[in-house]
Amino acid sequence: MASINPPTNIVIPESDLRENKSDWDLVINAQHNLLHIPFSEIWRYRDLLLLLVRRDFVALYKQTILGPLWFLIQPILTAVVFTIIFGNIAKISTDGLPHILFYMSGITCWNYFAECLTKTSETFTANASIFGKVYFPRIIMPLSIVVSGLLKFAIQFLLFGCFIVWFFATGASIHLTPAIFLFPLLVLIMGMLGLGLGMIISSLTTKYRDLRFLLQFGIQLMMYATPIIYPVSSVPEKYHWLIFSNPMTAIVETFRYGFLGSGALNITTLIYSGVVSIFILAIGTIIFNRVEKTFMDTV
Amino acid sequence: MARTIQIENVSKMYRLGQIGTGTISHDLNRWWCKLRGKPDPYQRIGKVNDRGNSGGDYVWALKDVNLNIEQGQILGIIGRNGAGKSTLLKLLSRVTAPTTGDIRVKGRLASLLEVGTGFHPELTGRENIFLNGAILGMTRVEIRRQFDAIVDFSGCGKYIDTPVKRYSSGMYVRLAFAVAAHLESEILIVDEVLAVGDAEFQARCIGKMQDVSQQSGRTILFVSHNMGSVKKLCPQSALMRYGQLVNFGDTQEIINDYFVGESKNQRKRSWGKSDPAECDEIELHEISVSDKSGSYDSVIATDTPLQVDIYYSLKKPVHQLRVSILLMTNDGTVVISSSDMMSDVENNPRQKGSYVSSCSIPPLLLNRMQYVVRVDFEIPRSGNLLSGHYVDFDVSELTVNQLGRTISPAPPGIVHPLLDWEVKAA
Repeated sequence: MASINPPTNIVIPESDLRENKSDWDLVINAQHNLLHIPFSEIWRYRDLLLLLVRRDFVALYKQTILGPLWFLIQPILTAVVFTIIFGNIAKISTDGLPHILFYMSGITCWNYFAECLTKTSETFTANASIFGKVYFPRIIMPLSIVVSGLLKFAIQFLLFGCFIVWFFATGASIHLTPAIFLFPLLVLIMGMLGLGLGMIISSLTTKYRDLRFLLQFGIQLMMYATPIIYPVSSVPEKYHWLIFSNPMTAIVETFRYGFLGSGALNITTLIYSGVVSIFILAIGTIIFNRVEKTFMDTV
Repeated sequence: MARTIQIENVSKMYRLGQIGTGTISHDLNRWWCKLRGKPDPYQRIGKVNDRGNSGGDYVWALKDVNLNIEQGQILGIIGRNGAGKSTLLKLLSRVTAPTTGDIRVKGRLASLLEVGTGFHPELTGRENIFLNGAILGMTRVEIRRQFDAIVDFSGCGKYIDTPVKRYSSGMYVRLAFAVAAHLESEILIVDEVLAVGDAEFQARCIGKMQDVSQQSGRTILFVSHNMGSVKKLCPQSALMRYGQLVNFGDTQEIINDYFVGESKNQRKRSWGKSDPAECDEIELHEISVSDKSGSYDSVIATDTPLQVDIYYSLKKPVHQLRVSILLMTNDGTVVISSSDMMSDVENNPRQKGSYVSSCSIPPLLLNRMQYVVRVDFEIPRSGNLLSGHYVDFDVSELTVNQLGRTISPAPPGIVHPLLDWEVKAA
């Protein structure tokens, strides 16, 4: 039989309490752990993660004629426009690389990072209607964004690969270097960076919507602070510390060095990027965990 | 019996004014005012909160709730708007966390605060079944195993590969509920979702929930304003008032308590400054049930013509306003529904100002028992403006007993209208 215990009447013997603790599957209260990532729960909801990724893909290009081809058209057109404006009109150096390849390498990396960042930053506000009705580990949402971004990145990377083969066959001065083995690491760092920053911003936008506007043009401005349309070698030596303080710089540079053979490998800056991304991801997790339990009251 | 849910001293506090206004600039301004010792410029003032212990900035949406729920129990939660029912369900479904206290749960818990959460209009019915099922906590294997049953239950088999944006709203709801009905969780939390869908489908849903709970010993928590479905589904209920659990027991008893507790002045109730009943458009002043002489405290007999008067003001012009009454028995069974659309009032729009909508209940219609009149202000097909205010009255004299003489004080039936009889040799 069920009963209401009047508040004064609750006396649970010590032994009973201890037994209870192991007995319950779930305890809901106000506490939150700072750096806790619920791996077992994420694993239990892995099907949801995959279905969300699938939804992102399927729903995005429904009722379009070209469908997933848009994944390819986007970087090609951007690279062509960059070639015309920055390559031919502004005549910015590309380290002797073919223009299209140079810009495309930058765009491919940047797109992945920017997509992870902008989409995860909308986690709470865009999904408030779902989060307000049902529980699942909130971190599934940003994770699904990073994974579907990864798929998109893979497609664009294949396109980039085709261009490499084409230019190599026509005798352009490009060559692969052993640094391509760092490629998985680069993707990981970009993902962590985008996810971490995105989680920080999404947690803060539950209260401060201003950050959304800041992010919109901030991401554009940040692209110019990253060597996407110019090589690091064209930046004066004394400003290198500044440009390398942007963790994306080392990633784009290493990526280009690995696949196109331009510039040089700088392990120190790469380690710096890795450390920064771990740090940002940790901060993101802390803030996310703080917010996720009660954000419904503020959003 | 084993306990599946243990709610211990749970309270939920909402802060008024300090959050929710949005931007950093507001927060800075607020901080600056605090620094100079001035009051918070964004604090919501003049809003009386009837949710108990409201000490300034804070409102306890729930206060010291203790409840233990056994496995296999089907428990209804009753209370008027703002009593904390939905807050309690939100805490249980982990949408938001309690301010203090612990909730302990044994077994898998699934909550249905809404059907069709996460449905994507562009995806097909099939894809949405999988997505929605996964959001509710099912794995793909489980969904695949139940897939045919879900499609069958929804009756949308023919359209399963069509995007749900092309579905009629009825089909949409049926598909959404079909997924929910096949959740394989030990504990199910249901909030008001049965309010959607047609009557036949509602009945099927209740049947399905009953089946499942009887077969597998599933625990169900059920919140609804529809006393009929609470009574049908839940043997026991808990009553909430002002964020606290005030009564617990057999559903019938709880429903009686609910109606008695809600109507303080019986046949005439007023709402004023300290206890307002208002929304953006409407302020309700008074509901009364009077006899032909205009008296509120006379004895009512079954042959007394009654008049329900609803006094209210419109704060702005309202298009298509419908003021309706539900006449119910004290256990929530609806006897009659009617609305002032039957009058020939100019309604396009009804202008700002004070009104009284009156409805006459003819004599020799009701039985000898207690009735409740519920008043709802709505815009048909658009939504409720203000609802759930009650008065009640007792019909205590039986003028004509059509059975002649009965052992109980009243003949059976929730109404007793005078019917014509004729007996002939045939």
